[in-house]
Amino acid sequence: MYEKDGEKYFVVDGHIHYWDASPENQQNVHGKQFIDCFYGYHTALSPEEYLWPQDKFEKYSEEDMMHDLFEVGYVDVAIFLPTYLKDFYVNGFNTTEQNAVLKEKYPDRFILNGRFDPRDGEPGLEKFEQLVDSYDLKGVKLYTAEWSGQSKGWSLKDEWAKRYLEKCQELGVKNIHVHKGPTITPLNRDAFDVADVDDAASEFPGLNFIVEHVGLPRLEDFCWIAVQEPNVYGGLAVAMPFIYSRPRYFAKILGELLYWLDEDRLTFASDYAIWHPKWLVEMFVDFQIPEDMQGEYGTLTPDMKRKILGLNAARLYGIEVPSEIPQPEPVGPAGEPTYPEAPLQ
Amino acid sequence: MNLTEATVLDALSGVRDPELDEPITDLKFVADLRVAEDVVDVRLRLPTSFCAPNFAYLMAADAREAVLSLPGVRHARVILDDHHASSEINTGVNEERGFEATFPGETEGESLDELRNIFRRKSFVARQEKLCRTLLAAGYSAAELAETRLGEVPASEAKEKYLSRREELGLDVSAEAPLVVDPEGNQISKDAVVEHLRFARITRVSIEGNAGMCRGLLATRYGITDPEEVTP
Repeated sequence: MYEKDGEKYFVVDGHIHYWDASPENQQNVHGKQFIDCFYGYHTALSPEEYLWPQDKFEKYSEEDMMHDLFEVGYVDVAIFLPTYLKDFYVNGFNTTEQNAVLKEKYPDRFILNGRFDPRDGEPGLEKFEQLVDSYDLKGVKLYTAEWSGQSKGWSLKDEWAKRYLEKCQELGVKNIHVHKGPTITPLNRDAFDVADVDDAASEFPGLNFIVEHVGLPRLEDFCWIAVQEPNVYGGLAVAMPFIYSRPRYFAKILGELLYWLDEDRLTFASDYAIWHPKWLVEMFVDFQIPEDMQGEYGTLTPDMKRKILGLNAARLYGIEVPSEIPQPEPVGPAGEPTYPEAPLQ
Repeated sequence: MNLTEATVLDALSGVRDPELDEPITDLKFVADLRVAEDVVDVRLRLPTSFCAPNFAYLMAADAREAVLSLPGVRHARVILDDHHASSEINTGVNEERGFEATFPGETEGESLDELRNIFRRKSFVARQEKLCRTLLAAGYSAAELAETRLGEVPASEAKEKYLSRREELGLDVSAEAPLVVDPEGNQISKDAVVEHLRFARITRVSIEGNAGMCRGLLATRYGITDPEEVTP
């Protein structure tokens, strides 16, 4: 919970990790390259006082995480998004089983999520059902750029992906977090293309598709899809930290998202441990669209911030919100926009 | 003409990151450059090891071609450092294998030209919006823009950039052609122009934002100053 200027905010961190990328767990050079890439994001966009040394970043403790998120970071509930990466890390990078240890210790603090990989086929489907049953999962994180043997990724359009999504529907796994990555095959296409989310969202209207990083670097394609599919949401991990280093760019992203989607379909996230929620929450609550941009993008209200910081994710996951927090009504579906042309794909 | 580093650098400034629509020299992707008589060595670097291999390949291949096109160059070698697919890309580009043969079994259907074309169209839209913004700021209404012809638009750098991309897409750039068209060259009607420009705006915001992100990551990775960094 965060309180400022008489306004109270319930905070759900929609995207966190508890990873092990230590040298002992790195299986090959790609394990090192992957965590170096994350560390680049961490150092490029964090305020200096929040920078970690590389070895701590590779493997941090339970105490670090509990302290950063819940003692000082204002987070009420945090959502685990597992990323297995078993081709890069001996025991995986950040698996449901690893996260489950903390969920068991602090059941009210965490939402545990699973994952599936359609390349695992029929046997994987059974295992997935067991995973969902044993942890009573309500969501999955899908990293379509995950390497698996010769394969460098998959698409939500794949036949087996549909089978798994049907299974999600059947089991009540309603929240599908989708994350794109750079190496998805076929390599001659745009790896960050989110068009497959469009197909899946139309085919499974009962599921919620939370596109992580609001589709960045394809913000425009993401927005295009989100206006057409009411069950598509934007997760703000990676977009949030621009609030510090590039506040005007952050204002533009947020302004565009509020225009194309609305304030009910955006969820706050730190991507911990890449960024620390404390400064993100503080700066977000203080943030306003710069005056010279308000003509184009409008202004932010405390209710909008309350929805983005926690209420929207709470609604997706059925998290109980304390009664002292105002709960503004959703704004309702945005008007039907008319476009002169198809998107650019 | 004597082959110098400056000439080579100038040739490389014609190579753009297809995704970010900026010269690789401005983006500081050129890490090093050696000229020894008629042999040129270029080293490239990118913001992360996991930058998309297709764009990385395109830039390396374009850089090599740009250098080879200079008079007096007999041999050019382009090396991409610190990338998860450095060895494949370096072999593929310098042996002119083509992308498909460089990543056998990992591509499908069309060549990289199609990918390049998608991003040309995106940057076309973004450049158009940038030009239209300057006109809107100068007092044009959106409806007026829909009826404006290219010949009526005052000369500017934004116009020049827009026209060059428009020409690359094979679209009409004559003075009578309408200013606001989609990437196929269809004129946007008065009723649709506002929405068209809104979508164009987010395309521009997205491209510019990605370029900013890439600059920041590159600066962090290689310890160079990031001139765009603004801290409150």
